Order: sequence, then structure tokens, then C-alpha cells
Amino acid sequence: MDNQRRKFLKLAGAAALAGIGAPTLVRLSSSSALAAEHGASAEPHGKTIDPGPQGIRLGMIIDMRKFTEQPMLLDRAVTACNEAHNIPLIDSAKSEIKWIWKTPFENAFPEQSSYHMAKNVKDSEFLVLCNHCDEPPCVRACPTQATFKLKTNGIVAMDYHRCIGCRFCMAACPYGARSFNWEDPRPYIKKYNKDFATRMRGVVEKCTFCAERLALGLEPACVEACQGTGAMVFGDLNDGQSEIRQLLDQEFAIQRNPSLGTKPSVFYIV
Amino acid sequence: MYNKGTIIPGLIIFVLFVTFPIWFNGLKAGTPPKPELPPGGEKKCVESVEYMRVNHMQLLNKWRDNVLRDDNREIITVDGKNYRKGLQMACMQCHSNKEKFCDNCHTYAAVTPYCWDCHLSPKEAASKEETQ
Repeated sequence: MDNQRRKFLKLAGAAALAGIGAPTLVRLSSSSALAAEHGASAEPHGKTIDPGPQGIRLGMIIDMRKFTEQPMLLDRAVTACNEAHNIPLIDSAKSEIKWIWKTPFENAFPEQSSYHMAKNVKDSEFLVLCNHCDEPPCVRACPTQATFKLKTNGIVAMDYHRCIGCRFCMAACPYGARSFNWEDPRPYIKKYNKDFATRMRGVVEKCTFCAERLALGLEPACVEACQGTGAMVFGDLNDGQSEIRQLLDQEFAIQRNPSLGTKPSVFYIV
Repeated sequence: MYNKGTIIPGLIIFVLFVTFPIWFNGLKAGTPPKPELPPGGEKKCVESVEYMRVNHMQLLNKWRDNVLRDDNREIITVDGKNYRKGLQMACMQCHSNKEKFCDNCHTYAAVTPYCWDCHLSPKEAASKEETQ
């Protein structure tokens, strides 16, 4: 009896030691290999830039200098979107549906200091919309895969058929780019675009970079509304020859809340 | 068998009651629906009539996934006419009367697809086109 207990305790002790010691051993034995690998590809600190996803990656530049010159462009862009997508105009902060909308600088860029702001920035409103992030938190939150990132062009798309209206994505989106249909939107739609559906009560909706227009070779409705002014530029961020890249190469552009790591595809020239 | 006198008449009454809809309608299923053919006179659909009759819902689901999920919005050409995949953009272009085409069978078969919660029938879309 005693002998057996003694044996058991010995075994248990050895097993515990092995369990505790194993990770250290593994780390010791593999650290040399790791170090060699790391040393070969190590770059000076702070110089590593994430290349981002490859392939077509659609993005947008909003040039606020142009909008400050012609503020009526803001409304024109918002109206164009509303009409193209059968968006209801509900006069209530809770129920309103927004795909692209106007907001002051301090709401659009809460990470930036708004202390002693330039006058043109303080007085003008910014156009904000879904950022079509590279790392979209809404997609991670969606339990039904009703929202997802299109592999072909990087658009964060919605499948309203699948949306169960749980609003996790709204909680996850740091930009407030998603709206929930608290009621049937149809009575609030002034004019139907017969090529587009409406939404029903109980689904979340947001900007889709006008995927349906892109398929026809058209630019997004908001960009088209600002045509000729250069206030909004749309294109492939991975194509070195595209207009949007040429502009990004020349100008200093900012993204909304970059520290969140969502990697937005919408850039602002202030 | 115990209680033969009550069980057998009971069973007969039960069967008669359950089959009431069948014998009440004279063993007929009513006049079958006749969905309206395209008023524009189009003769050819994207698939054969037999296929569409049985599988139109699967085709619509396939189109939905193609368009929304796979970003595959290729144009479908039938008899020289181009159609974009979609209920509003393809089907309703020819079958322009939802009430006489879709609803005709759906009402008969007592199915209520929720397409029209979001999608606009041509009539509905036209109702708010002029008003601005």
C-alpha cells in the first residue's frame, strides 16, 4: 500500500516537472533557429511598412480643400447617394439611415487635436462614409456572415438577405457607418430608384462603394455627383498608375482613427 | 376488441374531418393558376420553361450569391437582349406584372416569399417615380 502511494507520488512529481519544463526546453532548443531567421530579415526599427492586401483594393480620397471652396458639393454627394440607393429620410437621430453624411471635424477625427484649428477646418463639414477597412471589425462581429469583405476588390459588402438585425456590427464599427432599420423605410423614401431594392425593417445597412454601379463601369454616385471638381477621387489603391495613387503620392492624406488598426480605405486631404 | 362500438365510428368521423378540404371541394384542387406571359411578347426566358417552373427560387438564390457574395455580375444575354442578374433587373423586365405573374401561383400554392419586403415590383417602383 505504502509502496504504491510512494510510486504514484514519484510519477506525479516527474510528470509535473516535465509539464512545467517542456515549454522552456522547446524555447531553448528553437531559439537559435528563430534568432537566425529574425536576424536575416530584420530591418531598422520603425521602417517596416505593412504592404497591405494585394490585388485590386478600392479606395477613395475626399479632398476637403475642394469641399471648402464649394460647400454645396457636400449636399450634392449625399443626395446622389440617397437617391441611388432608396435611402429613407427619417427625421430622428435614432432611426435615421446614413450611408454618406456630413459631420464636423472633431467627430470625424476624434484622435486629432481640434485645439486652435484652422478656420476653414473648423467651419466646414466633413463627408464621412463606410471606410471599407482592410481589417473590418464589423465583419468579425457578424454572426451570420451577412457582412463580409469581397476578395476581388476589398469592398466590405452586405447581404441583406442574411442579416438578422442583431446590430453587433453597429457596435463593432468605430465609425458609426452602419444604420439599423427600426421601422419600414418605404414610407420615408421620396423617390424610388427602380434598379435598386429598398431594405426592410430589422436589417442593418451601409455604404457599399456602389458595387452595383461599378459593375456597369460607373463611378460611385457620390463621386459622380462631384465630377469635374476633383473633390472625390475613387480608384484602385494598389494600382500605381491610378488617379487616386497619383494624388496620394503627392499629397499628405489622413485616415479616420488610424490607431484602431482597421486600415481604412478612405483618405482625407484636409 | 374492446369498445368497438365507439372506436370505429370515432375513427370514421376523424378521417372524414381530416379529409374535409378534399371532399368538400369535390376531389378537385381548384382551377390551376395561369401566370401571365410577358406582356411585351418575349418568348425566351434565361432558362427553359420547365426549369424555371421548378427551380426559379434556386436560380434567384444563385444569382443573389453571385451578385452579392462572389461579385460576379456578368450580363446574361437572351435573344439579343441583355439582363443584369436580379429580380428587379432581369425577371421583372419581362414579367412586368407581379400580381398576375408571381402572386398568381404563390397565392394558389399558399407560399409567401419575402422577396417584396425589399425588392420593388414595377408597380411599386413606379408609384414614387414622378413624385419629387
